[in-house]
Amino acid sequence: MPAHTDKAFEQDLRLLRDRLLAMSARVEAMIPESVASLTERDSTLAKHVVNADLEVDRLEIEVDELCRRILALRQPAASDLRLITTTLKIVTDLERIGDLTVNIAERALDLNEAPAIGIAIELSQLAQLAQKQVKLALDAFVRSDAEGAQALLAGDARLDALFVKVLNDLMELMMQEPPVVRRATSLVFVAKHLERIGDHAMNVAEMVVYMVRGTDIRHPRARAQPKPT
Amino acid sequence: MSVAPPHPPKLETKNLRVSYGSLAALEPVSLAVRQHEVFSLIGPSGCGKSTFLRALNRMNDVIPQSRQEGQVLLDGQPTASLDVVDLRRRVGMVFQKSNPFPKTVFENVAYGLRIGGIREKSVLAEKVEKSLRQAALWGEVKDRLGHSALSLSHGQQQRLCIARALAVEPEVVLMDEPASALDPIATAKIEELLHSLKAQYTIVIVTHNMQQAARVSDRTAFFYLGALVEVGPTEQIFTNPVEKRTEDYVTGKFG
Repeated sequence: MPAHTDKAFEQDLRLLRDRLLAMSARVEAMIPESVASLTERDSTLAKHVVNADLEVDRLEIEVDELCRRILALRQPAASDLRLITTTLKIVTDLERIGDLTVNIAERALDLNEAPAIGIAIELSQLAQLAQKQVKLALDAFVRSDAEGAQALLAGDARLDALFVKVLNDLMELMMQEPPVVRRATSLVFVAKHLERIGDHAMNVAEMVVYMVRGTDIRHPRARAQPKPT
Repeated sequence: MSVAPPHPPKLETKNLRVSYGSLAALEPVSLAVRQHEVFSLIGPSGCGKSTFLRALNRMNDVIPQSRQEGQVLLDGQPTASLDVVDLRRRVGMVFQKSNPFPKTVFENVAYGLRIGGIREKSVLAEKVEKSLRQAALWGEVKDRLGHSALSLSHGQQQRLCIARALAVEPEVVLMDEPASALDPIATAKIEELLHSLKAQYTIVIVTHNMQQAARVSDRTAFFYLGALVEVGPTEQIFTNPVEKRTEDYVTGKFG
């Protein structure tokens, strides 16, 4: 793959990639850590996750600044332009995933003060699925792999189905054991956060397809609607 | 993206080849320029874009040893069968280095009209004013029509040359790097001018400044080593070109 004649541009792109990888790695790690802090009742781990998010926020700002710099100074076109606009969108999803893991960790801090209720295994499974979706999406981005990005679709359906099962099980639990309502409701939120993490992974995947192929596959239903005249 | 029903092209080439002596400057190029579009030609130095431009109004004829094969069609008519002077009136040209005549501002614009047989002062004055307005220059020169054209700034001289080309009421205006010798403000004025001229004319512009092509044109053709590599809507060429060579050129990976 030929490099840009402008070496400073090449350097900007390397730095951008480097920061994005750092952000991705951190966010990916926070998912299982946040759920473990809950299922293993480890409040120290929960606090670690909350702290780790500060770095994610800092990286979002840095990546945004790098993108603005590249737009202003390098006038990127074609694949470079698609890379930069995709990056601007993806960092938002990554930062939100970070926030969602913090939300989970904060729930853990609260729930760890009370006795556990028996739903650890299912939540772990949901977490693993969400984490896998995020990893697949970010790998697809790093490798510019549109096929890999499209493969996330099936994973999202499984994740949504598992989320619904967890919800139903929690509601069942609440009906059978009313005293657990407060804790179970907290877990409903945790499940929802994990489902949202899966949605953000899908957003990343859609943008990777755009970045690689130049076609925007988002919102097929809206696209099917005739445009207002 | 919806495609408008095809109108007959304003200018069209069919397997156009140009050589200078034994040197092939342009491989067979088949290209259609639509009426009322701004069509830009981009590519690295020596890629054939200026040669192609000059072929459109037979300017290559004045280059000794230049040979042309294939066809250039204006409104479906082969340009080879048209009177060359009339062709160059209908398909005017503006050059990179502005070349105002050493005459007054007024006489520069009126020159082509006088040659065309127009003598009446009021008609000349009206047409000169109209052309200068179209070239976005009237306001700056209306009180200096009797001054030498050489007293104008470079940017004004270039717009004067555009006015001169417009005075004879062409159908197509060819521009070979019209702003490359100008500062950013003068360049911006010329670029804005292209937007307003589009309504009345068809414009083909050669530029080595990719961002300029992106700013001003509706469709862009990329030339490389004497061949047409890709042609398409400007937005597509700059966001998602089909050919790798086009992609490498617009992203600055050439050379």
